[in-house]
Amino acid sequence: MEKIFQKISISSATLVFIILVGIFLTLFIAAKPAIDEFGFNFIVNPDWNKEVTIDNATAQMATENLSDKIIDEDDMILDEDEVMFDEDEDDALTKTIYGGLVPIVGTLLTTLIALVFALPIAMGIAVFLAEIAPKNISHIVGIAIELLAAIPSIIFGMWGLYYFAPIVADLVGGYQVSLLTAGLVLGVMILPFMAAITRDSMNTTPGVLKESAYALGATKFEVIKDIIFPYSRTGIIGSIILALGRALGETMAVAFLIGSIFVLPSAINDPTISIPVAMANNFGEASGLGESSLFYLALILFVISFAVISIAKFYFLKKAH
Amino acid sequence: MRLLANKIFLSLSVLSAMIGLAFLAWILITLFIKGLGSFHFNLFLNDLIDGGLRNLIIGQFILAGLAAVIGIPLGMAAGIYIQEYGRGKYASLIRDLSDIMMSAPSIVIGAFVYAVIVVPTGGTSGFAGAIALAIMMIPVVINTTDNMLSLVPRELREAGIALGASKYRVILDIVIKAAKVGIMTGILLAFARIIGETAPLLFTSETSNYFSLDLTESFPSLTVSIYDLANEPEESSRDLAWAASFILTVLVLIINLTGRFITRNKD
Repeated sequence: MEKIFQKISISSATLVFIILVGIFLTLFIAAKPAIDEFGFNFIVNPDWNKEVTIDNATAQMATENLSDKIIDEDDMILDEDEVMFDEDEDDALTKTIYGGLVPIVGTLLTTLIALVFALPIAMGIAVFLAEIAPKNISHIVGIAIELLAAIPSIIFGMWGLYYFAPIVADLVGGYQVSLLTAGLVLGVMILPFMAAITRDSMNTTPGVLKESAYALGATKFEVIKDIIFPYSRTGIIGSIILALGRALGETMAVAFLIGSIFVLPSAINDPTISIPVAMANNFGEASGLGESSLFYLALILFVISFAVISIAKFYFLKKAH
Repeated sequence: MRLLANKIFLSLSVLSAMIGLAFLAWILITLFIKGLGSFHFNLFLNDLIDGGLRNLIIGQFILAGLAAVIGIPLGMAAGIYIQEYGRGKYASLIRDLSDIMMSAPSIVIGAFVYAVIVVPTGGTSGFAGAIALAIMMIPVVINTTDNMLSLVPRELREAGIALGASKYRVILDIVIKAAKVGIMTGILLAFARIIGETAPLLFTSETSNYFSLDLTESFPSLTVSIYDLANEPEESSRDLAWAASFILTVLVLIINLTGRFITRNKD
């Protein structure tokens, strides 16, 4: 019995390892056709689902390949997504290419906007909770802020689209669905998370340090600026990066607001698309290279967020404790 | 001058807290007004095909419930390993990986389950959706179990061992019992989180307009249907989406507050 129990517990622990490695391998295998086809150019290519005419030499090769395949398997195995005959010109071939630049840029920019918006407010809230508010008020406000974090992301999306974005669009001009509105709603979403963990970091500052500063006649502002911030700096940076990791992968709040078009934004209030939204909206219809390209995007997102979270947790937050 | 800087800084901080609370209030008030405006008890009696939400609410509970049934034992067992059995590098590796998994983008987990379950089984299903949610829940349960067990005093374990109890008996009867309240809270918070998830369900369970208990088919999901309804052009669909969002948020907040209330009572 003891042995069985121990086996169960170690297997469950190993499952975490298996799932994580499994996610990476699965995404890689599913993305392989797109990786082979587009290579690293995928990252800098702004065209998604664009038909291009293959030049003569490649066209000839493609035709030869095709006839080989047809002879091999006796039936047409043309994948519509990959190669199709252009209806206007009988002898020209087109193929569909996929590039990830637009969603990658969209993801990074929405995250950046969210961070710029949320950072000062989250720091203010954290200072308020940790240092300014009396204990009972801090407790109640703390719970309220944590409830804000518990609201499902799809609610942020709906509220953002119908109530928040119109106001922003009135103030700034431009579209209601845009990088800016998506980034701001994302900012509201990560705000409570960032505030809560920053407060926790600030609370690790020893009381003795603060009290000695007060005893020297320092104001609250000076204590916070010169004692608490330097003391909990690594923890706070870790919290910010962790919130950034969360913003990178957020789907639903952004899906309502970003506009979901594969066009590079030329202004902050232009619509565009992010990686999670590209996946959410196109996964169902995609097949062949299109689906594989979505997996390629998923792999890129997974690797970026893996790196970001690791840096936050294992460099900054570990160092902080 | 110093006092002025102090005053400005403190005011800004209080202002930030007010901004945070204002956003919470704004969202909740919107939900109440829009949600209650389209709320009707018939929503609990009819399925989506007849303009109600019954199948979706039941479906969402089944998906999250099944995820909990899968995720809680696995997460607790893994947490027990890290805290009670594991030594050295492997246990801390698992702890770190679990931390990373906790923050992994939920849509990526959806894509993973799509590739390993939906594609091989030939279509979206309730099982696939529940597994995607379970993968989201496991690291949270591990984290809670790990943290709560670490608070149990060593002496309790030693007392159990001294009485001649085997290690697994000590863990199950003493350690887990001592940490019960904390673990329960963590599990409730984890449940509140997954029941409101949309992204991992989009292409795993999808949703359905009909009442269904068949986990091998596309399964009704409240959150996925909210997304669909909110994007419909008709006003009536959007009203239904608001009513559904209201119900979902009330559910999530009740579960969340229940969790907090349990710990508070213990203190």
